[in-house]
Amino acid sequence: MSGADRWSFLKEFTAARIALGRTGNALPTANLLDFQMAHARARDAVHAVLDMDLLQRQIAEAAIGLPVAEVKSEAPTRHAYLQDPSRGRHLAADAELREAAGEHDVVFVIGDGLSATAVHENAVATLAATLKHLEGWTVAPLVVAHQARVALADEIGAHFHAALSVMLIGERPGLSASDSLGAYITFAPRPGRSNAERNCVSNIRPAGLKPELAGYKIAWLLKEARRLKLTGVKLKDDAPNALPGEGRAPMLGPS
Amino acid sequence: MAYRHSFAGHHYEFPDLKTLLAKASPARAGDRLAGLAAETDEERVAARFALADLPLDTFLHEELVPYEADEVTRLIMDGHDAGAFEPVRSLTVGGFRDWLLSDAADEAALKALAPGLTPEMAAAVSKLMRNQDLIAAAKKCRVVTAFRSTIGLAGRLAIRIQPNHPTDDLKGIAASTLDGLMYGCGDAVIGINPATDSPEAMARLLHLIDDLRTRYDIPTQSCVLAHVTTAMEVMKRGAPVDIVFQSIAGTQKANESFGIGLAMLAEAREMALALDRGTVGNNVMYFETGQGAALSAEAHEGLDQQTVETRAYAVARAFSPLLTNTVVGFIGPEYLFDGKEITRAGLEDHFCGKLLGVPMGVDVCYTNHAEADQDDMDNLLTLLGVAGCNFVMGVPGADDIMLSYQSTSYHDALYVRAALGLKPAPEFEAWLKAMNIMDDRGQVRPELAGGAAQLLEYGAAE
Repeated sequence: MSGADRWSFLKEFTAARIALGRTGNALPTANLLDFQMAHARARDAVHAVLDMDLLQRQIAEAAIGLPVAEVKSEAPTRHAYLQDPSRGRHLAADAELREAAGEHDVVFVIGDGLSATAVHENAVATLAATLKHLEGWTVAPLVVAHQARVALADEIGAHFHAALSVMLIGERPGLSASDSLGAYITFAPRPGRSNAERNCVSNIRPAGLKPELAGYKIAWLLKEARRLKLTGVKLKDDAPNALPGEGRAPMLGPS
Repeated sequence: MAYRHSFAGHHYEFPDLKTLLAKASPARAGDRLAGLAAETDEERVAARFALADLPLDTFLHEELVPYEADEVTRLIMDGHDAGAFEPVRSLTVGGFRDWLLSDAADEAALKALAPGLTPEMAAAVSKLMRNQDLIAAAKKCRVVTAFRSTIGLAGRLAIRIQPNHPTDDLKGIAASTLDGLMYGCGDAVIGINPATDSPEAMARLLHLIDDLRTRYDIPTQSCVLAHVTTAMEVMKRGAPVDIVFQSIAGTQKANESFGIGLAMLAEAREMALALDRGTVGNNVMYFETGQGAALSAEAHEGLDQQTVETRAYAVARAFSPLLTNTVVGFIGPEYLFDGKEITRAGLEDHFCGKLLGVPMGVDVCYTNHAEADQDDMDNLLTLLGVAGCNFVMGVPGADDIMLSYQSTSYHDALYVRAALGLKPAPEFEAWLKAMNIMDDRGQVRPELAGGAAQLLEYGAAE
C-alpha cells in the first residue's frame, strides 16, 4: 500500500496531522520533510539571536518615543539559559540601567525568551498598539533584554520604581507556530513575585491574537490592575475580544 | 552514616544515602539544576563503587524521606513484603545487578520478587546498569493487565490513541481517533487530554468515545485525562468512565501540589471498580509520571530526579493500574537536556517500573527547546520495543496540536511493530482482522470494504 489515505476527507475537522498516507509503514517523503521543516523553524526560533538593529529600526518607524536600554540576564549563553531557567530571571552583574528618574506607571521589557523570531515579528507592533491606549501614563525607558525569562521584569520594574511591568517575550515555539509572543503583566514588580501574581496575554501573532488587539487587551489589563492594585488570578481577563468600534470580534487564537 | 570510596589517591565521601544515590546517577540536567549531581565524572564512578558495596537491605532501615512526614514513604515501608525479598536479602546493590542479569532471574523469579523490592532499591541498582542491562532485565519482567483488552503479553505492543484537540472539538477528536484506528492503534486506550478540565467537558468526550466504541464493538477502553476529582464527579453523574487518570509523583508534597493524596486515589478506584465495565479484566487506573516532576514542584525532598521518580511507581502499583506512562521528554531541557538524557531516562523508568511490578509504557517525546529530534525518538522507541515496553503513544503525525510537543505517531507504531515482530493486544488484533484493517499476514492494510468502510462512514456521517 502506498500513497494517500482514502479518509483524507476527515482533514477538514482538525489541524492534526491525520490521513498523511504512507509508503509501506512509513511516512511519504513530502510529509516527512513537512514535519522536519516545522521542527527546523521551531528550533531556529529557539536559537535565534535577538537582532538589536532590527528592533531599533522598528522602534523608530513605530515612533515609540521612549529611550531604549539594552541588558543581559545572568545566563551568558543560550545553552546556560536553557539548562538553568533561574539565570534568565536575574540581571547580569554588569547590566547598565540608567538611574530611575522618579516613579513610573509602567515599564515595558522586550525579552527574547524562547523565540527571538516572535519578538522580531510582533513585539514592537504590540508595544505600539498598547501605548496608544495609555494616554497620560508615565512610561519608563524601554528595556530590551537578552536571555530573558518572564521574571527578569521584576528586577527591572523594581529598578524603575514602576507600578506595573509588562514583559513582551517569545513563547516556546510549537510545530504549528514559532512566532508566538506572550505578554506578562505584573503589579508592583519586585524580585520574588510568583507566576500566580501575573496576568498573561498569549498567542500574539498575525495568525493568532493580532498585535493590534493584543495591545488593546494589555492596556485594558493595565488599567484594571492599576484600579484594583493587583494582578494575577484575582484579576479576571474580561477584556473585550474586539477593538472598540468594530462590528464583530476578530478571530482569536487559543489563549 | 557516611559512605566512602578511594581511587588513585582521591578520597570521596558521601555524607548520606540520598547524596550517594544522586552522585551515582548518570549525568542529567535536572540533577545539575538541583545542585545534586556529581562534580566530576570520577566522583560519579566513585559513588557507583560505594553504592555497589551497599547492602540492599540498607533501604529497609534508612528512609530517604521521613516516614512521619510522607505518606509515600509509609506506603513503601508498610507495604514491603519481607518474604518476597528473601531471595536477594543478603545481596549488595552490585550483587543485585549481577543477580538480575543472571539466568536465575527469570520471569517467574522476577514476578515473585517485585513486592519485596522498594523503589529506592530499583533506583539504586539502575544507576549501576548500562542501557543494555536496563533493556535485558526489563525484557524478563512481565506485567500483564486487562480491562477490555489484555496489555503486556509477550510479543505484543499496545498503542494509546492520543487524539487531542486545542478546543476539545468533538469532530476533530473523532477524526484523529478514526485515523488512529485505521493505523491499527488504540488497543492500550483511547486517551484524550482535555483542553478544559470540567465535568461537562469530560462527560462530553467520554460519550463521544463510548458511542464509537459500542457502535463498532471495539475491544478497548476510553480515558479522559482530567483531574481525578473531575473523574469522580462525572462518575457520580453517571458518565461512562472506563479508566480513571491521574498524574502522580514520588513524594507526598509533590502529590499535594497535584491536589491529590493516596486516600483520594483509593476512593476513585473503588468508584471505577463499582461500575464494573471491564470485560477481560478490572485494572481501572491510568497514571502518568516523569522525571523532574517533583523538582519542578519544589517537592523532591533533596532526592535526585530518577530516585524520586521510582517512588511514584510505588504509588502506582498500590492501585493495580491498567497503564502507567512516563512522559519522559515532555518536561523540557532543564531536566533532561538532550536525546541522550531522554533515552537514558526512558530506559531507566521502564526498567524500574517493570521491576516493581508496574505496567509501564513510555511517552517517547520531546519539546522544541530540547536538543532532540525524531532520530532520537526512533532510537528510544526501538530500544523500548526490544525491552518489552507495554505501550507507547500514537499521536497523529507525532505532533500534538493541543499540548505542543512531539511524541510517537501512528506510523511509528506500524514501524516498531513490523521491525520487531510485535502484535497488538490479542482482542484488538482479532477486531482489526474482523474489520478488514489488518490483513491475514498481520499487516495493517485497511481494505476499505466491510468493517473499515463502515468505520469511515461514521466519520462521514458525524
